[in-house]
Amino acid sequence: MSITRRQLLILLPAAAVAWKSILAGTPEASPNYNMTEHWWGMLVDITKCIGCGSCVRACQMENQVPDGYFRTWVERYHVSDYDIENPKVDSPDGGKNGFPPATASDGKNFFVPKMCNHCADSPCTQVCPVGATFVSPDGVVLVDQKYCLGCRYCVQACPYGCRFVDPKKKTAQKCTLCYHRITKGLTTACCENCPTGARQLADLKNPNDPIHEFLKTHSVQVLKPYLATRSKLFYNGLDGSVR
Amino acid sequence: MQIPVEGFMYPNEVELQWSVLIVLYPFLTGLVAGAFILASLERVFMVKAVKPTYRLALLTALAFLIVAPLPLQLHLGHPERSFEMYLTPHRSSAMAMFGFVYLWYLLAVLVVEIWLDYRRDIVVMSQCTTGWKRLVYRVLTLGSTNISERSLHIDERVGWLVTVIGIPSAFLLHGYVGFIFGSVKANPWWSSPLMPVVFLFSAMVSGIAIVMLLYMLMCRLRREPIDMDCVDTVAKYLFYTFIIDFSLEMLDLIHRIYEADESFRSLDFMVHTRLFLSQVVIQILLGTVLPILLIGVTQVVKLAAEQRKRIYVVAGCLTMIGIFAMRWNVVIGGQLFSKSFLGYTTYKMGFVTREGLLTAIVLTVLPFVILGVLVKLLPPWPEKKSAISSVAVAAYGAD
Amino acid sequence: MKAFKDAGHLFRLASVFLVGGVLFLAFRGVLVPRSFGQYGHYRADAIKETAALPISYAGHQVCEGCHADVLEVKSKGVHKQVACEACHGPLATHADDPASVQPAKLDTAVLCVRCHEANLAKPKNFPQVVSAEHSGGAPCETCHQPHSPAIVAVAGGNQ
Repeated sequence: MSITRRQLLILLPAAAVAWKSILAGTPEASPNYNMTEHWWGMLVDITKCIGCGSCVRACQMENQVPDGYFRTWVERYHVSDYDIENPKVDSPDGGKNGFPPATASDGKNFFVPKMCNHCADSPCTQVCPVGATFVSPDGVVLVDQKYCLGCRYCVQACPYGCRFVDPKKKTAQKCTLCYHRITKGLTTACCENCPTGARQLADLKNPNDPIHEFLKTHSVQVLKPYLATRSKLFYNGLDGSVR
Repeated sequence: MQIPVEGFMYPNEVELQWSVLIVLYPFLTGLVAGAFILASLERVFMVKAVKPTYRLALLTALAFLIVAPLPLQLHLGHPERSFEMYLTPHRSSAMAMFGFVYLWYLLAVLVVEIWLDYRRDIVVMSQCTTGWKRLVYRVLTLGSTNISERSLHIDERVGWLVTVIGIPSAFLLHGYVGFIFGSVKANPWWSSPLMPVVFLFSAMVSGIAIVMLLYMLMCRLRREPIDMDCVDTVAKYLFYTFIIDFSLEMLDLIHRIYEADESFRSLDFMVHTRLFLSQVVIQILLGTVLPILLIGVTQVVKLAAEQRKRIYVVAGCLTMIGIFAMRWNVVIGGQLFSKSFLGYTTYKMGFVTREGLLTAIVLTVLPFVILGVLVKLLPPWPEKKSAISSVAVAAYGAD
Repeated sequence: MKAFKDAGHLFRLASVFLVGGVLFLAFRGVLVPRSFGQYGHYRADAIKETAALPISYAGHQVCEGCHADVLEVKSKGVHKQVACEACHGPLATHADDPASVQPAKLDTAVLCVRCHEANLAKPKNFPQVVSAEHSGGAPCETCHQPHSPAIVAVAGGNQ
């Protein structure tokens, strides 16, 4: 099948115009995006995660994440029913290429996708000495790549291990919640490529977002709630042993 | 390079963020604060016995303060952006305050105090030296050669005031370094309200110890007798500060063991394995208990001067090692365990790398080189050629 | 007046500090980025710069714009919620220029097991097989078509 871009324009004017604005890359080209109308978060449904690593691969491709570092990764938990305090956890290469078969059949096994929690009271932005990392008006924790001095204090301050310093750029890197995508009406690379819908981008300010119905009807938990970071990464089916 | 990991770490945690240079930073800053507080003993608290160490303590503080920001600078991913700390300091960041606390301490406290204290000498030297030295002294006089009795009296009063301001500043300088670590709620090894206090007292311990050692060394080099009364008094202060420091550290430890929160098992394991040598053996036993016992002996038993001297030297050196180990265990130890409390990583120190051992050694030696220059430029002891200076005083003190 | 004269050196020192302070403020005024502080204590332009990063995954809506035939097949099968690029890889370049950028041919032997290899940690209701025992070495697409993997009754087939 060969369809030229020209034909695409004729076939689907609306979609094509949207795509054009996406490719143009500049936010000015998607003028309908208004930061004050959104408050982004994410829903992770552990009961749906199959540990395929699609999210990890998609994130690395979309964001050129350096090898050995992760903006998102998947952990596999093995919790023995006799020792729930001491789960066995592994995450070979961040779960990028899936997981080897589990060997221990006692207790329970499950996957936990991890990423930046986009905390509203983020400890990482609090400690940045120069204001190079911040919570954007639409609730996304971002790093200013041209301003970060690479002191690594934010990496220390993140309770979830979601930050790293790029070995080449020498600046702090983290999940941007695919800010370059969500501001253009797309979903994040990890959500787009999750085959089971275990990850859902959520706009908490949008009353029509399915997140609201989900939060009303499910027992949802955040990671390390006692740290009071006001995390916006909501987990369904999160086991108490997960840290 | 494969870093050995035991158990499970979050994948981004495997690599340590803060290297040996960040160990050096609180160590050097601590020496500054400690040395200054020793100097203030004479000036503000009228402990006349420690007078021979006063100027030396000030110069030591200055030498270490000049070097203190270098490890930070070398560690930054983008050192060329460090001036942003002054442009847009983030008020909620403990680290952002560093630039200002540092500048305040360097310029408003140390430099002013040293300048005021040495002004008479500087003016005299600007008259009786030649060549580039003369030029340096001329600049340092700021063009004012007024060393009349009245002006020196004003210097004395202002200097006293600066010292009074300097004491809380020294507390601030090092207390805040402790706060940088103590305020990280993500890290239970650091997160403790006691951290600034522990840092402060350990700073005083290390500062007093280094001035004591330097004083004894300088006397040796200059072939002059050591003022035993002075060294005994300094050792006495070292002893008491050390006991407070040790009590605080033990309080922190006992509190952690008794509360045994969710992080305890992980941290306890770490102390018994990876940190056993540096924490239990070097920091606590060799670096704290032994020097306290050694100096304790001199406080209880009457010993000959020669024996006391030897004990002070040994205890002082052990103290320095102990305090360095304490910084190491805080900074490196705090990064060896996973924030999931499920695993441990390893710190691999490079040698000839930007943040390697060689850099650390150079940065440790550098303050002593600077101190050497400072001592040459501004001798901390009464000048021998008093005849010349009295002539100069007679000539310029009158106007 | 005498006191002023004898404190003259202090005024000199103060003026050195004053000059330093003024210079600092002047530098600060020039060097602070213009958009700093527009929304908070950060450079507002950093938001725009992040939003302007290039896209690799076009998103399934864009794919469906042209490949309506595949959508038709896929929407009837259990893979209807699997996005195109989850298997085919990032293809924004293809969407931008369909003629010259062609997606690579996929290998089902690698692709299918990523999701369907049996693992105790996978949800029990998720279809999974031990690939080594399942097909006796035959490639997956012998029986399952990736866009609609349910096995349709074929002549001579056993289902």
